Amino acid sequence: MSCVETIQAYAFRSLGIGERLLPRGEYTLCEHFTLIGSGLIWNVYFGALALTTGFFLAVALAVGKSSPNPLWRKPAEWFIFLFRGSPLFIQFFFAYACFLSLKSVSSFFDPFTSAWLGALVVLFFNTAAYSGEIFYGALLSIPKGDIEAADAYGMSGWTRFRRITFPTMLRLAWPAYTNEAIFLFHATTLVFFSGFPAWRQQGDALYYASYFADKTFNPFVPYPILAFYFILLTLVIIAIFGAVNKHLNKHLPQERRRKFRLRPNLIR
Amino acid sequence: MFSYCTDPSTLEGLSWLSCYLTTGKHLNLYISVVVVLVLLAITAPVALLFGFGAASAARSKFLPLRWFGKGYTSIVRGVPDIAFFLFFVIALDQAFEWMRHKVKCPDWDQPIRQGIDFVVCDAAKLPLSASPQWVHETYGFFLAVLTFSIVFGAFAANVLYGAMRAVPRAQIETAEAYGMTTRQAFWRILVPQMWVYALPGLSNLWMVLIKATPLLFLLGVEDIVYWARELGGTKTERFTEYPHPNWHVWYFAALLVFYLCFTKVSEVVLARIMKRLTKGQATAGGEAQRKAAA
Repeated sequence: MSCVETIQAYAFRSLGIGERLLPRGEYTLCEHFTLIGSGLIWNVYFGALALTTGFFLAVALAVGKSSPNPLWRKPAEWFIFLFRGSPLFIQFFFAYACFLSLKSVSSFFDPFTSAWLGALVVLFFNTAAYSGEIFYGALLSIPKGDIEAADAYGMSGWTRFRRITFPTMLRLAWPAYTNEAIFLFHATTLVFFSGFPAWRQQGDALYYASYFADKTFNPFVPYPILAFYFILLTLVIIAIFGAVNKHLNKHLPQERRRKFRLRPNLIR
Repeated sequence: MFSYCTDPSTLEGLSWLSCYLTTGKHLNLYISVVVVLVLLAITAPVALLFGFGAASAARSKFLPLRWFGKGYTSIVRGVPDIAFFLFFVIALDQAFEWMRHKVKCPDWDQPIRQGIDFVVCDAAKLPLSASPQWVHETYGFFLAVLTFSIVFGAFAANVLYGAMRAVPRAQIETAEAYGMTTRQAFWRILVPQMWVYALPGLSNLWMVLIKATPLLFLLGVEDIVYWARELGGTKTERFTEYPHPNWHVWYFAALLVFYLCFTKVSEVVLARIMKRLTKGQATAGGEAQRKAAA
């Protein structure tokens, strides 16, 4: 098979489109690149969806945790502790086992036992907890003067939150939130190693990389390719989030703008 | 375990549970908890050592050494987490076998990589195929520790590098004014002072290290995740005296609680250490303590 044919056959293999059997026998570089890249679709899917949905819960959690009312504060604190204090790996295992036993109760839980929804739910809660903590930290460091100025203008409650607190919080939290986004994408590689089955061998990038490593007993080709793809993905995320960061900071004088620094945090 | 456990089918309630939780496989589960703790106890200092070495290398005046230190930290930190864990175990294993092969069988004429196979001579196999089971297990554990140390060493290096730069420049200059050499200033002034600055980062790293331990399962060590999966699965009467349906949920819930408790305890202990270390330091934390006391 020529490389073009390989790409045609396997580019969307992770979605079940194209050749059904995975490559066998001779494993060419082209096959490595195509199949691992095809798996990356799932990583992007999990990361992007969990990030966008998790954002809203994270804001709610941050506001809840900084609330003086313990009825709001305590649940938010516990939620954040629960998801930040335990390994994501165990959370996946636990959620999968939970969904499996709930499946026998009601057929409503059927889709939750497959990765596309079940793992997404876990990642959603997980990223909400991590970003919630980041946003909470940002809420605490909003300059006192900003709030006082808002008060002086007669703003309060929802108006003040929407016009002053929320934009400032977002601006302060954005560099840390960028790191969170990067590590959420890295964390998506755990999905198919944690109980969630890869249906018809439709897995993510790491799933295919370890498939090649298992078959060829040579880790030196697939894993660097995987790393290459993830570095590329990281650069894309930095570019997108950097553009947003610019937008959030555009009203500030040049030297007060917050710079983004990559602070990798490894495992969740 | 207990004398009344000989016929479990007649037992009920708590006595059944006490028998069930002390079967041989459950004892293995408890041992694996100890294994995790041992791994943490070994990895933490080794990773710190790696990190210290890399951080000092990154500060070195000798260019290749500086490249090595900086390259190591940025490569390991830049690539996704578990890819490294999957990669290093095979890579380290092959590297060790290749080195032994070169030393022990110099007159071997076949290529080592034959297509998709990695072939070394019998004497170079690690561990030797004739060696007992425990050697294989210890070797696996050793590889896991080494992998963890290499990965976390890079993170520790980053923290320590930052901490070394955080020590006020005037301190080093004073040391030089006293006539200390660069080496003396490093060991006598910089290293004792950097720990306060390093501790927040290192305690964060410790939390991350705790949360990384379930990945041992990926490294082929029979750890808690392995045993929880094994024990939680459905057991029929044919194979065990304690038949039960699928209990994965309970086992993983227990693991979750174990990790949460461990994290909580670590948080409390580290907060205490931090309080001790900041006492009397010229940092914001030390200042706050002084004001609170006054």
